[in-house]
Amino acid sequence: MTEAVSDFNLGETIVFWVCGGLAVLGALGMIISRKAVHSALFIALTMINLAILYVANAAPFLGMVQVIVYTGAVMMLFLFVLMVVGVDSSDSLVETIKGQRFAGLLLGIGLGLLLTVGIGSALTTSGDIGLTAANDAAGGNVQGLAQLMFDDYVVAFQATAALLITAAVGAMVLAHRERWTPRKSQPELSEERFRDGGHPGNRPSPGVYARHNAVDTPALLPDGSTSLDSVPGPLRARDDVRDVDPADVDEIRELTKGVDS
Amino acid sequence: MSQFGLFGTDPWWLVIVKVLGIFVMLVLLTLFTIWWERRVVSRMQNRIGPNRVGPQGLLQSLMDGVKLALKEEILPKAAHRAVYWIAPVISATAAFLAFAVIPFGPTVSIFGVETPLQLTDFPVSVLYVLAIASIGVYGLVLAGWSSGSTYPLLGGLRSTAQVISYEIAMGLSFVAVFLYAGSMSTSQIVLAQEPIWFAVILLPSFLIYVTAMVGETNRAPFDLPEAEGELVGGFHTEYSSLKFALFFLAEYINMVTVSALATTLFLGGYLAPWPISLWESANTGWWPMVWWLLKVQIFIFVFIWLRGTLPRLRYDQFMKFGWKVLIPVALIWTIIVAAVRILRDQVALTNTELLIAGVVLILILLAGAWVLQGRAERREQQRDADRAARAERQLDLVPGAHPVPPMPSQTFEYTPRRSALLTTQATMKEAEDA
Repeated sequence: MTEAVSDFNLGETIVFWVCGGLAVLGALGMIISRKAVHSALFIALTMINLAILYVANAAPFLGMVQVIVYTGAVMMLFLFVLMVVGVDSSDSLVETIKGQRFAGLLLGIGLGLLLTVGIGSALTTSGDIGLTAANDAAGGNVQGLAQLMFDDYVVAFQATAALLITAAVGAMVLAHRERWTPRKSQPELSEERFRDGGHPGNRPSPGVYARHNAVDTPALLPDGSTSLDSVPGPLRARDDVRDVDPADVDEIRELTKGVDS
Repeated sequence: MSQFGLFGTDPWWLVIVKVLGIFVMLVLLTLFTIWWERRVVSRMQNRIGPNRVGPQGLLQSLMDGVKLALKEEILPKAAHRAVYWIAPVISATAAFLAFAVIPFGPTVSIFGVETPLQLTDFPVSVLYVLAIASIGVYGLVLAGWSSGSTYPLLGGLRSTAQVISYEIAMGLSFVAVFLYAGSMSTSQIVLAQEPIWFAVILLPSFLIYVTAMVGETNRAPFDLPEAEGELVGGFHTEYSSLKFALFFLAEYINMVTVSALATTLFLGGYLAPWPISLWESANTGWWPMVWWLLKVQIFIFVFIWLRGTLPRLRYDQFMKFGWKVLIPVALIWTIIVAAVRILRDQVALTNTELLIAGVVLILILLAGAWVLQGRAERREQQRDADRAARAERQLDLVPGAHPVPPMPSQTFEYTPRRSALLTTQATMKEAEDA
């Protein structure tokens, strides 16, 4: 171990303190911030900094996979859901389950103890052969991981995969909704649109040929009459359609005299 | 890391020179690509395109950039300031970062120092590009969310869904390359293509990657996040001035990045293409950088060509294509490649035996396709019959109302999934009547 400590150079120390500090800040920010989206961003910050630390500790594969899987996919799905659920939803601080906070605190301390004891005992009892030796034994960092996952612990790995897939399928089954009416196909929809004599194209825009293009000014047809189709429905319903100056109508009629309408 | 030779041994000033070189090259390439795109698309549409500023209009995008930077900055009232500010920064930074592992050429001598023409390399550098791309998505999604407006939010959601879906197919297309190169480092992958490019021996992977890279960069015909007919400008609707410029920059750099990655993984990176490779010193010195640039430009031309040719896909069709076509095909192809590798290396089959196995496999696949085709046709007929039956019956639960599950006393309209249940009910009724 002493040898490893002396191996630290200045760059590594700087990376550790900067990324470590940012990771802790992100973790704190995630707990403190009121908005769910901000929390998600802080946890993404923590994840990225941890990934950099992994890479600095000669575990490049782990670092990259951490970013691709957790930051890129899992956190992104979180953000996705948060954005769809509510742009402005902030967490309520009312305790909904009785004793929830106390239980949470207890479990948190328990987890911390377990991790400390577990990692501590692993560090003191297992004889470490050194990173270079471990990597060289399999022909590289990635190859070593592959050997562990797909050879030595393949059953555990596959079982975890099966568990995850079961969870995903379960979520889909729970969220599945039966269709009560058949889904209409595109040709059916388009037929429906025209069945009651729908307008085949865009409606005329307000104010065509008229002297004013405000939305409440109806367009003038070539024969000088007004086209109510050109005024939005709500305005028509409120009887808020502006009258057209009879002089304009006369002028249009004059202009289009002799033109087939 | 002995296999990485000279990587990580550069003096500090050389690292700075390389970083600056990459930065300047990317900015210049962006300016050039914008001009190139406008000229090519114009030509395809019988127009001339920008030709006023500078020779052939080459300085047009520089002028546009200056104008954009000097425009008024507008901050929407509903925007979340911090996130709104940081989103374009994330986008642009991620775009630049990905280029750190792209190899431009072999070892050259810069001011007397022998160094590879690549900023850095490590055992998983292709995964690094994927990781950086997934961080870049945060820029889009946060821009959409923080604008506090509907269209950007929808655009942001669309682009996330799109990039995540197409990243899977993209990652799967890499697997075959990793298997053949025996490495995930970009420089090693380039060297592994010395006799023949991976685009030739791994053609399906190459095609999947090219499709996925268009989806990944939000470019036409997959530019749904900024479909102007539906979403105004998509995630960057509310952005103006320099912040918008950063998004624009990121989009074009991403185009260059995915093209460079395609070149590295499939077109032999900086290695000279066939007729030139006959020339002895084609792969030495600074020449390879020219081949690299030409290959990247070919990809960029394809991007422009696609934009000038194809209409935009409908969103649901696009997602269906990604999940139900691209990913399964990529998976099957990966399995085939892995199986062939194992058969050749560990079972030690000869090439003839492999060929016979391949022919048998193709026959089996064709038979399977024939069976599936028959089933699909039958299903089609069934669907037409169902539709005809539906048109005859036309029983709405409550005509015109929102569709809700029927009460026990009500009968409901026929839907495909209900057919089994309906049959059962009919039989039961018959039994009761009898």
